Amino acid sequence: MKRLSEERTKILFEKLAKYIGPNIKQLIERPDAIYCFREQKDRVYYVSEPILKMATTIHPDNLISVGTCFGKFTKSGKFKLHITALNYLAPYAQCKIWIKSSAEQQFLYGNNVSKAGLGRISENCEKYQGVVVFSMSDLPLGFGVAARSTTECKSADPLAVVCFHQSDIGEYIRSEEDLL
Amino acid sequence: MDVVNEILGNSSKESNKYKPVTVKKHLELEYDLGTLLAVDPNDFNIDLYSKNPNEYFLNLARDNTQLLLNKLWELPTERVEEAVMVKLPPPKTALPRMKPVPKPRPLTKWQKFAKEKGIQKKKKPKLSWDDQLKKWVPLYGFKKAKAEKEKNWVLEVPQNADPNEDQFNKKLVAKTENVSKNDLQRLRNIAKNKNIKVPRFGTSNPEVSSAKDLKAAITIAKASTASLGKFQDKLHKEVEAKGVSAITPGASRKRKMTPLEPENKLNMNIVESILNKKPRLDVDKAVAKQLQTNTFVENSQQKQGTSKGSQKIKNKTNKKPKGSKGHRAGKKGGGRKRR
Repeated sequence: MKRLSEERTKILFEKLAKYIGPNIKQLIERPDAIYCFREQKDRVYYVSEPILKMATTIHPDNLISVGTCFGKFTKSGKFKLHITALNYLAPYAQCKIWIKSSAEQQFLYGNNVSKAGLGRISENCEKYQGVVVFSMSDLPLGFGVAARSTTECKSADPLAVVCFHQSDIGEYIRSEEDLL
Repeated sequence: MDVVNEILGNSSKESNKYKPVTVKKHLELEYDLGTLLAVDPNDFNIDLYSKNPNEYFLNLARDNTQLLLNKLWELPTERVEEAVMVKLPPPKTALPRMKPVPKPRPLTKWQKFAKEKGIQKKKKPKLSWDDQLKKWVPLYGFKKAKAEKEKNWVLEVPQNADPNEDQFNKKLVAKTENVSKNDLQRLRNIAKNKNIKVPRFGTSNPEVSSAKDLKAAITIAKASTASLGKFQDKLHKEVEAKGVSAITPGASRKRKMTPLEPENKLNMNIVESILNKKPRLDVDKAVAKQLQTNTFVENSQQKQGTSKGSQKIKNKTNKKPKGSKGHRAGKKGGGRKRR
């Protein structure tokens, strides 16, 4: 468990800013406890200080996971968010998409969201902005990237892709062993 | 008769001087004639030993040697230049070797790699037919060099090469470069096998150095300014070479001290810097935004228009006209707008 280097912190926050914008501050400064980002085996964990202290008693080789895994740094140095980060992305999300119950399954199997499946979209959503995908009953299903801005969505044809799939809660089953 | 008696007496005297050839033993000895070894399994006579140990051992050794020699004489003999020869059978006893088993020669870096990859050495023929010269040319040696000289009497100048460059000299340099590289690698292998640390040197000829070497060279060269490369611009996607801190000016292999400021404060600074980035002008974004405001304004105008009852503005929207629109006058005004 080590602290993220400045360079990596920057990459991580730039990625998070795409989804939650200025709400990152809320992740860093929380009223309940001190939370921090730690790195192990290229994976980034979001941990509270007391849990981190307890984790130091475990040998790093034997430590599988601490706190919440936010994602991992790829070999080329990019940061990839994991579905486990959804718990923190969903409440702070800037741009949201609600999908119809008929399109839910399609999305949960790893497909993009088309205009036909789009139930609702938050206003002022920009093109290629990170979006969090909700079901119509406000259950966070995953996240992705907006393929069109909100205005463009209105005039798009029903088969056009509205949101590129990045991660969904189906991954908890599909790629169980890769998540950690 | 006296003479005969005398001779007989002499010979018996003579034979009395020596011990008999035949030796009686309770148990047969075990022989390994290949190593001239005889093992006596008979009991050790403690009485005789305690009386005179030296004499007892001497006699025992003589008897056993006699038996061994008897056994040797049983083997087929032959005479070579007036000497009687015996061919010993192969030895049965395994003897431990005096010196430790020699270690196998350590593999060179290439051999190790080839073994891992399963690359096998191909045997090249010593002579090969040269179609151009119409003769057999050896793989190496002075005849090969002669043939090369004969063959390469003229060299082509590559398309984008300097026309004044000496191509023959270039070839020669490349060859010597290759030879010295091989020699360097040989020395490096020796050093590696003897666990000697070889000091690093810069990069050699850029034409033969690897991408890794070049990357290291860039990193070092950039740091080799008066300000230790502090003001050197970074290229797009430039990656710094690893493991060159020992020869990079100003770089230290030590881990940097964690800053004293609390972590969340540092993180906050980074977040601020990211959020306060001046957005660059994105044409697509600007157009989209303008479109949005336009439609908003239009919509509001349309609303005003419908309240006044003008039909012209209503048709301007790019919405599909619905057939039943004219009849549904009841819902005009209040309620949420549905899309």
